[in-house]
This record gives sequence, structure tokens and C-alpha cells, in this order.
Amino acid sequence: MAIEIHPLEQFQIERLIPIHIGRLDVSYTNSALLMTIVVVLVTALLVLGTRKRALVPGRWQSLAEMSYEFVADMIETNVGHGGREYFPFVFTLFMFILFANFLGMIPYSYTVTSQIVVTFALAAVVFIGVTIIGIVRHGFRFLRLFVPQGVPALLLLLLVPIELLSYFIRPFTLAIRLFANMLAGHTMLAIFAGFAASIGLLGILPMGIDVLLVALEILVAALQAYVFAILTCLYLSDAIHLH
Amino acid sequence: MDLASAKMIGAGLACIALVGAGIGIGNVFSALISSVARNPAAQGQVQPFAFLGFALAEATGLFGLAIAFLILFVF
Repeated sequence: MAIEIHPLEQFQIERLIPIHIGRLDVSYTNSALLMTIVVVLVTALLVLGTRKRALVPGRWQSLAEMSYEFVADMIETNVGHGGREYFPFVFTLFMFILFANFLGMIPYSYTVTSQIVVTFALAAVVFIGVTIIGIVRHGFRFLRLFVPQGVPALLLLLLVPIELLSYFIRPFTLAIRLFANMLAGHTMLAIFAGFAASIGLLGILPMGIDVLLVALEILVAALQAYVFAILTCLYLSDAIHLH
Repeated sequence: MDLASAKMIGAGLACIALVGAGIGIGNVFSALISSVARNPAAQGQVQPFAFLGFALAEATGLFGLAIAFLILFVF
């Protein structure tokens, strides 16, 4: 094989502006640059899109309105009563992950959500926030979340640990799901591109697969943002309504 | 057995996880098709759940695939 394949090279973090505070490394990296671009783009879409406030929306305004309505609908159906006040949080999460995933699909850019530290930070915010909301709203009764209703006492010995475990495993599954999807998808793209580059004329076949994979990855990029947002909604609903 | 061949075998074993993802995704869409065939009017209501199920089922398989890639290219 003439060409070496390094599919994980695309996830390399580079320091663009090295900053060190004491022993702490807070350099401005390519990951941070992409995050900045994501925030700027989302803000620009929503601020510029809704600036005119036309009765008959133009292209930008209807895009902004569509994304707003999509998340508002999601909260309405999944959280229902009392979920309205958490709309800004879920909307921010959804738009950030969606734009980060989509920007990652541009060749030679960087996928922010393929770093587990990013996805885990997001998932930890969701988990801690939801737990605090539940405790503030219900106080001690929040613990009823772990005790299923109408179950014989003997069975509770088995069910309560399972419920506890499934509750505390949430931030990990939430983080790893997004991270693994992005990591596996982008690695696969790079591997097939490497095949295409290394076997000459026959490389048209892996190239074709790569084209199909890009389509799948774009679907996955949108789906994973949707899944992250909808699971946040379901967890919120648990904390607000206690089943 | 040397380390290089053990890595190859390990990566291959990790890919078995994709069997489950395949079965899961197939189940999700077969259920979608049969439910829409019975009641075409329900398509709008059922489809979001199908894609949610698709994403959740696919993610479990990708955990295994990610492990395979990590074995092959990182360690």
C-alpha cells in the first residue's frame, strides 16, 4: 500500500493561540475556533433572520421560525405543562449540536462533537440541571422517581437499584451516543477515502460508497441533535411530572 | 500471538456489535412499515418515533465500531 491511512488524524487538537495560566493550558484551539463559529452562525441566523419581522416571512426568517417551532413543538408534546420555561435551554442545546455536527461535515473542518469532553460537558449540564430542577420542584418527594407505583414491596428491592442505576447512567449514555456517532462516522469516511486513494482506478468504488456515507452522515448529524434534544425533553418531563 | 495480530482480532470481535444494530434498525423500520400499511393516516405521528428509534439503535452498534477504531488506530 503506497498511501498510509491515518483516519483519526482529523480529530487532532491544535493550539492556534497558546495561552497558559500557571500550569493550566487554556489555549485557543481549533476546537474552540469551531465552537466560536457555531455560536456566531446560530446567533446570526436568529438575530438577522428575525430582524425584519415580516408578516410573510422571507427565506431567512422562515428558517429561523421553523427551527423555533420545531423545538417548541418538541417540548409541547414531550414535556407538556410546565415545560415552556425550559425552551431556551433545549433550543440552545439543539441548535449548538446541530450546527456543530453540520459544520463538521465540511471537509477539512473540525467536528467539535467528536470530542467526548464536549459531549460529556453538555450531558453533565443536562443531568445536573434536570436533577436540580426536580429537587427544587418536589423537594424530598423527588425520590419517588426511583420507586415505581403499584409494585409489591418485595419486587421494589430489585427495581429501586435498577431505577437508580438507569438514572445515573443517563449522562454517560447521552454523551457517548453523540460522541460515538460522530467519531465512527467521520473515521469511516476517512477510511473509505483512504481506500479510494490507495488502489488507483478501482478506487471509484470506495469513492461511491463514501458519497453514500456522506448522505448517511448528514442524516445522522441532524438525527443526533434531535435525539439529544428529545432525550433532554424526556428527562425534564421526568423531573417535572415524576412519571 | 503478537500484539499486532491480537489487535486485528480484537477489532474484528468488536465489530460483532454491529449485528445488534442491524437487527434493531431492521426491527424499527419493519414496525414502521407494517404500522403505516395498516393505518396510513398515522404516518405523521409514527415517523418521528421511528427515526428516534433508528438513532438509538444505531448508536448502540456504533459504540462497538468506535471501540474497533480505537483498537486499530489509537493503541
